[in-house]
Amino acid sequence: MNGAKAEAVVIGASAGATEALSAILPLLPADYALPVMIVVHVPPDRKSVLAELLQAKCRLEVHEAADKEPIGRGTAYFAPPDYHLLVERNKCLSLSNDDPVFYSRPSIDVLFESAADAYGPSLIGIVLTGANQDAAKGLRAVVEAGGTAIVQSPEGAYASAMPEAAIAECPGARVLSLSEIAAYLQEIEKA
Amino acid sequence: MLEKVEDLEIRLLLEALYQRYHYDFRNYAQASIKRRLKQAREQMGFRSFSALQDGLLHRPALLSPLLNYLTVHVSELFRDPSYFRAIREKVVPHLRTYPSLKIWIAGCSTGEELYSFVILFREEGLEQRTLFYATDINQDALAKAEAGIYDLDRIQLFTENHRKSGGKSSLSDYYSAAYGKASFDKSLRKHVVFSDHSLVSDAVFAEMHLVSCRNVLIYFDRGLQDRALGLIKDSLARKGFLGLGSKESMRFFQHADSFTECVRDEKIYQKSSK
Ligand SMILES: C[S@@+](CC[C@H](N)C(=O)[O-])C[C@H]1O[C@@H](n2cnc3c(N)ncnc32)[C@H](O)[C@@H]1O
Repeated sequence: MNGAKAEAVVIGASAGATEALSAILPLLPADYALPVMIVVHVPPDRKSVLAELLQAKCRLEVHEAADKEPIGRGTAYFAPPDYHLLVERNKCLSLSNDDPVFYSRPSIDVLFESAADAYGPSLIGIVLTGANQDAAKGLRAVVEAGGTAIVQSPEGAYASAMPEAAIAECPGARVLSLSEIAAYLQEIEKA
Repeated sequence: MLEKVEDLEIRLLLEALYQRYHYDFRNYAQASIKRRLKQAREQMGFRSFSALQDGLLHRPALLSPLLNYLTVHVSELFRDPSYFRAIREKVVPHLRTYPSLKIWIAGCSTGEELYSFVILFREEGLEQRTLFYATDINQDALAKAEAGIYDLDRIQLFTENHRKSGGKSSLSDYYSAAYGKASFDKSLRKHVVFSDHSLVSDAVFAEMHLVSCRNVLIYFDRGLQDRALGLIKDSLARKGFLGLGSKESMRFFQHADSFTECVRDEKIYQKSSK
């Protein structure tokens, strides 16, 4: 740990995201102290059912983020399809139509970079399964701001390219299995 | 916490842009403006935001390219078809009861939203009694809106959107195709006034029956959103309608009390009579 008290978690995932998130989010308690912001690559034209699906499994409140929504505890926020999700320094969420990053809107880099700016060393950035290049740069921004980087171990991941790219970009990242990530998140809240 | 040097530079750059050219981005949502300024700095070839500021102050020619980075121009004809379907089914019946209509497309960008409304109003037989105001702060975008020429490869999406919106005619009736471009008919612009207008620094200019302001407010911080929404509220006639972008909600606004929900899922509101 880097000494700073953890204040927020950002998660990025692509191919295989639903299963991976289902192994983590349901284990967090209803009043989990750290807000969780999540970008999953979803097709732009589709109403995403991800938040609903996970809400059914979770004690946490899970929903799609609304523009300028204040960030609070006990909640997981998903980026809506076709919008980037960003964290403002005053700890509210913003949406934007800015250009896609690596063909993705929402983009993991965009969320991670803005969250690193807002939370600095108090941020935990987690990169899960995926076959995209998005996320590596964002995770580096988390590290450069003094935050904690965690990557799902590529061997266990449904798609290994994204975790591998993240590890290459952030060699100091902790590489953990899904159950270890869930345990870590439960621990860190108490720290 | 001490302000980072880079954030200080950005603040000063936006102040310079305002003092020198009266474009006020100072209270835009900071996270995405920072992202776009970074892009501008890199692609315009400046080492730092201070250097960009220096360039901007002394070379007015840099203003227009910078504005094109600072404003976002993603749009489609009949973007979110369900929104236009709701306008057609839930709002148009009210509008029909007025002998003349004023409609304001605020932040019209390159014109796609405007043409969607004009076509819809023509289909519903309301075009002749309507005056459309199409406004934006970006001159380049306004010029494109006024030209009404789009890449032909976007037409398939536009046609599909139009159909899903409950379109009663064929989109191909409204444009002619040549050399990879679709050029929208000038008759569609007969009832349109294009104008440079900022929701941040300009005032009310007419009394509207419907304001469509989509995907503009998300770029503002909370305080500025309240300011812009106050302006829109003051521009609306009694019981006038307001349509926002699909992810913009009245929920966090100071003016929420002045509006009632008309079509909740489509972010269409009506000014309350009180
Ligand atoms: C993403 S586009 C929205 C286009 C269209 N309304 C739609 O939803 O498809 C945002 C537009 O808002 C304009 N804009 C930004 N700041 C503005 C301001 N202060 N007043 C009016 N328009 C503004 C930008 O220039 C840009 O054209």
